[in-house]
Amino acid sequence: MMVLILMVGIFQSWNIALSIFNLCLISAVMTMGANIQWGYAGLINFGIMGYTALGGLAAVLISVDPVQEAWRAGGFDILMSLWLIVVMVLVIRFVLKRFEKSKIRTYCIAAIIISGILLIRFSAEPGIEAIEAVDPAKTGFLGGFGLPIIFSWIVGALFAGGLAFIVGKVALGLRADYLAIATLLISEIVIAIIKHEDWLTRGVKNVIGLKRPAPYEVDLQTTDWFIKLVEKFNSGKLSVIENLADRQAALNQLVIEGSSVFVKLCYSGLFLVVVIILLILTQKALYSPWGRMMRAIRDNEEAANAMGKNVVKQHLLIFILGSAIVGIAGAMLVTQDGLFTPGSYRPMRYTFLIWVMVIVGGSGNNFGAILGGFVVWFLWIEAAPISLFLINFFTAGIPETNALKAHLIESVPYFRFLLMGLGLLFIMRYRPKGILPEKIEIK
Amino acid sequence: MDFVNAIILLLNYIFIPALTYGSQLALGAIFVTLIYGILRFANFATGDMMSFGTMMTILFTWYFQSLGVSLGVLPTALLAIPFGIIFMIFYMLLIDKFVFKYYRNQKSPPVQFAMVSIGVMFVTQAVVRIIIGPGDRRFFDGEKFIIKAREFKEMTGLNEGLALKSTQVITIFVTIVLVSLLFWFLNRTKTGKSMKAYSDNEDLALLSGIDPKKIVLVTWVIAGILATIGGALYGLDKSFKPFTYFNNMLPIFAAAIVGGIGNPFGAFLGGYVIAFSEILLTYAYKKFFMYILPESMEPSSLVQLLSTDYKFAVSFSILVIVLIYRPSGIFKGKVL
Repeated sequence: MMVLILMVGIFQSWNIALSIFNLCLISAVMTMGANIQWGYAGLINFGIMGYTALGGLAAVLISVDPVQEAWRAGGFDILMSLWLIVVMVLVIRFVLKRFEKSKIRTYCIAAIIISGILLIRFSAEPGIEAIEAVDPAKTGFLGGFGLPIIFSWIVGALFAGGLAFIVGKVALGLRADYLAIATLLISEIVIAIIKHEDWLTRGVKNVIGLKRPAPYEVDLQTTDWFIKLVEKFNSGKLSVIENLADRQAALNQLVIEGSSVFVKLCYSGLFLVVVIILLILTQKALYSPWGRMMRAIRDNEEAANAMGKNVVKQHLLIFILGSAIVGIAGAMLVTQDGLFTPGSYRPMRYTFLIWVMVIVGGSGNNFGAILGGFVVWFLWIEAAPISLFLINFFTAGIPETNALKAHLIESVPYFRFLLMGLGLLFIMRYRPKGILPEKIEIK
Repeated sequence: MDFVNAIILLLNYIFIPALTYGSQLALGAIFVTLIYGILRFANFATGDMMSFGTMMTILFTWYFQSLGVSLGVLPTALLAIPFGIIFMIFYMLLIDKFVFKYYRNQKSPPVQFAMVSIGVMFVTQAVVRIIIGPGDRRFFDGEKFIIKAREFKEMTGLNEGLALKSTQVITIFVTIVLVSLLFWFLNRTKTGKSMKAYSDNEDLALLSGIDPKKIVLVTWVIAGILATIGGALYGLDKSFKPFTYFNNMLPIFAAAIVGGIGNPFGAFLGGYVIAFSEILLTYAYKKFFMYILPESMEPSSLVQLLSTDYKFAVSFSILVIVLIYRPSGIFKGKVL
């Protein structure tokens, strides 16, 4: 796999190779999250998109500087609404604890929720309008806490874990295929909220120019040590050039290229650290008594229950853990891109593609999950060039003006779907356990 | 007079659009429910299969248009639908033979089927986009309106107009005919009854000499008819775009589960439940209240319960609530 990425580096450019590598690492983290749920515990979670988006939201809320004006304009109303939500939850808890289960109680709770939502909606509306009116071209939202963006990786995990707690409480009792549909739909609801609550997330107006944990290219290009480093690396190439002015121009070009490679390498380093830490933790968990218990629950729920294991609690726990890992990946993704675009969260890319990674890589095997993330992401990116090459190869004898050939070349981007689908079908059919199947050694 | 105006307003903006949208969802939901009841899996390729059928219909519509064949005031697509259905059924049977049959013989768990259907979803999506492209296509021709808003106003002298699009009437009419035929088939014919028996208890059905191959074949044929007609009607009424069809899978699933998955009649009603609640909750009632309330009590805000952005979220929330409190759906599911 690494060889393939190196080949992209040599044949296309190091920049492309590194950006593929970085996204491979992020995909690997997402896949590990899904793999914990599916491979360890047999829980199906089609809501990966929702947790990714929440992780991204965390990156925004942590790193963006607070918008003072917006807080003055509508902060009070928003805080009041938050209080109202807390009060509503407490009242519902009280009703649930205090009264016996009955039809009247159910209706009461429904009435509390509906009237609460209406109350919040009407009380928050002036505040929201005021916030969104504050310089809408630039801000128009509350902003965040202005902390370094790295913290958001942890906060993203907390956000995603929190959502998973609610979803798990609600939906985990469902049968597998119902659970799949329910989680898919809940993730769509999360995206709808992120897209349309402009006061919190700026919605489809996007948040751009987030802070970076890595240096900026422009700064690097003027730093002395970096220029010297580039000079050292390329001394052989540069010494060939005789003319001093030419040499300086070549060096400048190399510095510009080198700076973006260097920034990407910084990200790769950070992501690699996350992947290695997660890999160590998940491997430890897999072979621990807890991992054995999870497998027992997965393979025979009733027997595990009879042995005194609390199946419901463990399912909830692993659902939260897996989703939190996906949340980390979501925050990492936004950190790398430096922008948050709620409109780009689509189930094809963020849910189903990740599932292809899990299945292809090998469910239940952490190395399989990482391998799946790498292989599938690499193919997803490189499918278009490969299919373009194949089309040109097979239609070499046909003139360029041929309608069919032109049509095929135009639709090259969609061959990646075909490749993914066929790949998934073949793996499911001939190697249902994935490339690296689950291996359990009892030590 | 104001009262009549208010009624017309509701008819125009809520009742007729919801009925049309509900019919389109209902056809899709029956498709999902049939596959679930007889082949026993949640088909994630639903939306994309519908878009495949619609694509075929569009291609034939273009062909007929280039030949100069048309149905006069009716859209040419109606003529193309039968050909679309044939190709759709052919495609479904092909997929069944190469993909689903193996897992059926293996008696795989439903989750594995669902995973496989995701593979089918990817492939179908690719096929549709490669053949017709990802763009927005309109293929409607013929007379657009049956009643125009302005004509209605002049005719009745009311303030509010009632516009009735021909696609809306066609959708509702076709849905009623198709669904009645389907229920007649399921309840009155021998094949329909054996399908019910197979869905109810597979082993018992096999013991009493029902041929499973025939059941599967008939199921895919019915599914192909429903998917193509549902998809084509949606495309005629709005427009055809592969991505929208993929997204439509979600409210269709919601409709099927709300109605009780495995129960075609429930799915039929579920479509309308989803459509009506989506539109009722996101409609701004300001104008309605202006008609029925005295002037002093007129509302100043839009009186909208949820902004239209949350249209999809409404149906999903209904589904989640149904799943939690009544997982078998409003009408008991799992029996055809």
